[in-house]
Amino acid sequence: MGMTMIEKILKNHTKDEVAPGKIIWLDLDVRSARDFGGASVVKNLREHFPGGKLADSAKTFFTFDCVVPANTIAYAENQQTCRDYAAEQGIRLYDVDAGIGSHVMIEEGIAIPGATVVGTDSHLNIMGALGAFGQGMGDVDIAFAFKTGRTWFEVPRSMKIVLKGTYQYPATAKDLILFIIGKLGASGGLGYSVELYGPAIERMTLAERITVASMGTEMGTITFLMEPGDEILEYSRKRSGKAHIERISADADAHYDKVLELDVAGLAPQIALPPKPSKVSAVAEVSGKKINSVFIGSCTNGTYDDIRLAAEILKGGKVAPGVMAKVVPATKEVYGRMLSEGLLETFFSSGVIVSNPGCGGCASGQIGMTGKGEVQISTSNRNFAGKQGSGDTYLASPVTAAWCALKGEICAPGVKPVAAR
Amino acid sequence: METTVKGRVWKICDAGGRLIDDIDTDQIFHNAHLAITDIGKMGAHAFGNLEGWKDFPSKAKPGDILMVGGNFGAGSSRQHAVDCFASLGTGLIIAESYGAIYERNAINSGFPILACPGVKELAIKNGDSIEVDLRTGKMRNMTEGRDLGQARPFSGVQMDIYRAGNLFDYARGM
Repeated sequence: MGMTMIEKILKNHTKDEVAPGKIIWLDLDVRSARDFGGASVVKNLREHFPGGKLADSAKTFFTFDCVVPANTIAYAENQQTCRDYAAEQGIRLYDVDAGIGSHVMIEEGIAIPGATVVGTDSHLNIMGALGAFGQGMGDVDIAFAFKTGRTWFEVPRSMKIVLKGTYQYPATAKDLILFIIGKLGASGGLGYSVELYGPAIERMTLAERITVASMGTEMGTITFLMEPGDEILEYSRKRSGKAHIERISADADAHYDKVLELDVAGLAPQIALPPKPSKVSAVAEVSGKKINSVFIGSCTNGTYDDIRLAAEILKGGKVAPGVMAKVVPATKEVYGRMLSEGLLETFFSSGVIVSNPGCGGCASGQIGMTGKGEVQISTSNRNFAGKQGSGDTYLASPVTAAWCALKGEICAPGVKPVAAR
Repeated sequence: METTVKGRVWKICDAGGRLIDDIDTDQIFHNAHLAITDIGKMGAHAFGNLEGWKDFPSKAKPGDILMVGGNFGAGSSRQHAVDCFASLGTGLIIAESYGAIYERNAINSGFPILACPGVKELAIKNGDSIEVDLRTGKMRNMTEGRDLGQARPFSGVQMDIYRAGNLFDYARGM
């Protein structure tokens, strides 16, 4: 019997038999903690393994991304706890200026195709964009991973989703993944490792794959895996300095518990209504609703490509009166490109607030929270009640979000906004 | 470690009396309190963002058993969403199914959870006392004196970690 992608990746990191439902001990290439969860990881390590060394400091990282820089004393203290521990153990720490941990790890070549990566970020399965295993875990798990370099894992069942047809701009990768989650539901992939195939996936850039993979958690999946193309392998070789990175592909006779086909030809821009990422409809069906706020950023849509798409629409226009539009780049590298390629000027002139890199409002962070009654269009991954404040959050693509910012209401991209030019 | 749990049942239902599905980690433990690292202080925020259940910490008693719908604990990796119930002394959670990260977090910290497909059909009233055998998954309504059927028993690794106390103590014995 052949193996699926997840089975092959796990097989390369364990001595145990790999089959769905089996518990294996998994060697971890990368383990990380961030500013939320990190202090508890340190607390667990100090309490349960006092004075001990970690399995391998060179594979262990802190990445701060939730509340950066700290805007509460409690967060400042938690971050300092991590800094002290990092210095003590000789661990690399990406501080409050660096950006979202998962993105930093991809940019720095710490996470590469085929790797096993765990951390306290529940969207760490974003690594599926590289064809790698990424997994968010709690404080106990990650403390154990720091100490031992491994963890137990139940080999997940695999599902294959084959996308038929292709779609065109203004539909984007975000619209595609919202469409899939809307079709399958919030628990449609519960416990599965889902592999995505089809021409719509094959032509995707790394940034687009990141958008797709980052929302696997919202369908209950362990991970969304996409086989990396040459472009992604080359990117990771360059970033990591590793000349040989293996491309992990599923065997032709691999077993999938479920195989689904979805037709995405002519996909229209999608939007998730509050309070669930799975409550999806076409943007056109809810157009006309007044908005107060727009947030463009997060691990789902905070790459340079995402932000450039929004800038192209906003260039020369003005954000509608009464709308607070906010852009948060995922990383310092993205921020630097915004500066060197003129995007900061575009946003400034359009009346958009640009903050330093980070997660934005997803964890009550530095920017993007709503007040009661406020309606926000967000490019992030979750619109759970209360998550981004007490208002109503709608999830959409950067393209849709930028059009909505100009018009001051929910509108499908491509409809010329009243306030533009 | 005792592998039979007895306690009073809280059915976490919506206004229509149905067990709620997809209760996410933000509803269980809101992100406004994530900087808390002391488990003793987490119980006060349990279900603090779940409509109709925000006063749960003042009503819950140690040993209580929670019954919830499917995909319980979807979303974030925050350990707080498990630890807040440990903080209240909650004896057991029985859900139709769990978010994958939530399930791991509970297992690794030695907090007892059971998956029970069909939990919504069980003949239990709010406040009934039940007895659950974690090894076999058998459940009995003590108030009404009748068997309730079967939850999934603890998995091997779950029982090993539970008996050890948590993942750290389990690993010491390996």
